[in-house]
Amino acid sequence: MATMNEMYQSIIIEHDRSPRNFRVIETPTHHAEGRNPLCGDEVSLDLVVSPDGVITDVAFQGSGCAVSKASSSMLTMAVKGKTVTEALELFEQFHAMLTGKDADQSALGKLVAFQGLGVYPMRVKCATMGWHVLKEALAQE
Amino acid sequence: MPGIREPSSTIQDPPHLDALRAEFPILSRSSRGKPLIYLDSGATTQKPAVVIAAEQEFYAGWNANIHRGVYEFSERATMAYDGTRDTVARFLGGVRDDEIVFVRGTTEAVNLVAQSFLRPRLKSSATVLVSEMEHHANIVPWQLAGAKLVPIPVTDAGELDLDAAGRLLATGPALLAVVHVSNTLGTVNPIAELAAMARQHGVPVLVDGAQAVGHFPVDLTTLGVDFYCFSGHKLFGPTGTGVLWARREHLESMPPYQGGGDMIDRVSFERTTFAAAPHKFEAGTPDIAGVIGMAAAIRWIESHDRAAWEAHDRTLLAAGRELLEGIPGVKLLARPAHSVGVLTFTMTGAHPHDIASILDSEGICIRAGHHCTQPLHARFGVPATARASFGPYTSLGELNALVLGLHKVREIFG
Repeated sequence: MATMNEMYQSIIIEHDRSPRNFRVIETPTHHAEGRNPLCGDEVSLDLVVSPDGVITDVAFQGSGCAVSKASSSMLTMAVKGKTVTEALELFEQFHAMLTGKDADQSALGKLVAFQGLGVYPMRVKCATMGWHVLKEALAQE
Repeated sequence: MPGIREPSSTIQDPPHLDALRAEFPILSRSSRGKPLIYLDSGATTQKPAVVIAAEQEFYAGWNANIHRGVYEFSERATMAYDGTRDTVARFLGGVRDDEIVFVRGTTEAVNLVAQSFLRPRLKSSATVLVSEMEHHANIVPWQLAGAKLVPIPVTDAGELDLDAAGRLLATGPALLAVVHVSNTLGTVNPIAELAAMARQHGVPVLVDGAQAVGHFPVDLTTLGVDFYCFSGHKLFGPTGTGVLWARREHLESMPPYQGGGDMIDRVSFERTTFAAAPHKFEAGTPDIAGVIGMAAAIRWIESHDRAAWEAHDRTLLAAGRELLEGIPGVKLLARPAHSVGVLTFTMTGAHPHDIASILDSEGICIRAGHHCTQPLHARFGVPATARASFGPYTSLGELNALVLGLHKVREIFG
């Protein structure tokens, strides 16, 4: 069960049970939705970005597996207070870690909990779905 | 582990099971470093050695294109390919061999009927009667052909509401397209009864038999339907193969589905005439090796005691339902009275994908998600389920491993 414990670290189980920022923002500046047609998982993301490009609020809704739900929850905590550029750079690092490339571990912080997923390519998309939706939301002007 | 129920010692695997399992090379392999426990036969069945050998023998020994050459190997390939129509016709209860059209699978068969049978008959407001338990492959092709879909409701037990079916048939749909065995619920639908009802209203019937043909014999001479479709890969045969059976008069009246080589009578730039059915529906070089493999699979099935397979499937299903319902938080989607060996379930607090990943780490293969039946999942109010589905080679030990695996899921998601 070693590999399973790596995949389902307690922080992931905990965020699955009690997702943070699991709500709707009434007047978001940015919004996007994503869906995994293979499994039916859904995530919807609201953001408030200040005029100087800082993410001041972020929240999500959706249904999905523990990995996708925990990843979206931890995403909201990771990007809140960051600039749009910093948030997108963080996604680059997160994606690099999951696809076995060199990643800046110190920048990733708690997101390293998802590292064990790298050996399960079929599940990587569960962890990145929320991030892809973030990227899509931030691309809208 | 205390408190875990195991299959009762009074039920045992049938005497034939060890020998049957030995015919499948893959069943002695490992997955994630554990002995493979394959519980996803609803997605595709495993292949016995004779099927693998038949394809290999063709490629290694007498590979040639069909309907082209006069030389020995082309003649042999043509005989084997077209001869498979006889094999399939016999397998389906003794229908005409010129009613057998080879396709890539059930999906292509439904698309063929949607485009070549339904579309030319479709009036602006025409409907196709389907059911809530249909696979997307028996939904989307009709929509692409321009039909409006009306679903027969499914009861809480996971069965078709036959009273509603009768009322809906009376409204005069252009076609009834219904699944023989639900890939998600396991339900075996009363096709003969439905077909008799449809006939009273003059409604033609298409049956998606993908999940049926591998589980029990199907006799199309008595079923009373117009079209029957299935895939070779759910029948212990190769992927990329399948069969559309249709009544001869339909095949004769239907225009070709795709154009190309092998489906023509005579071609000129002004006008092309087509070959007779079934050839007019088989444009281009088909999966010759695959069809030869499918013939081997059918002969292999016919050499076994299918009644014994069915009895074992019922034993596994009954034991599986009881064991799964004994696990805290596990809920079966439904318990249809007449069902093949499919256990579809949810577990409180654990998403089906997480269940499948944890089982995967134990070498156990199950399906998680919507199983291409999103409308059925919507009807039961769940976005996704986990599904374990059996083949004739599935053992009680494998069922027990599933139960132990689900207790591990319980430990992690508590």
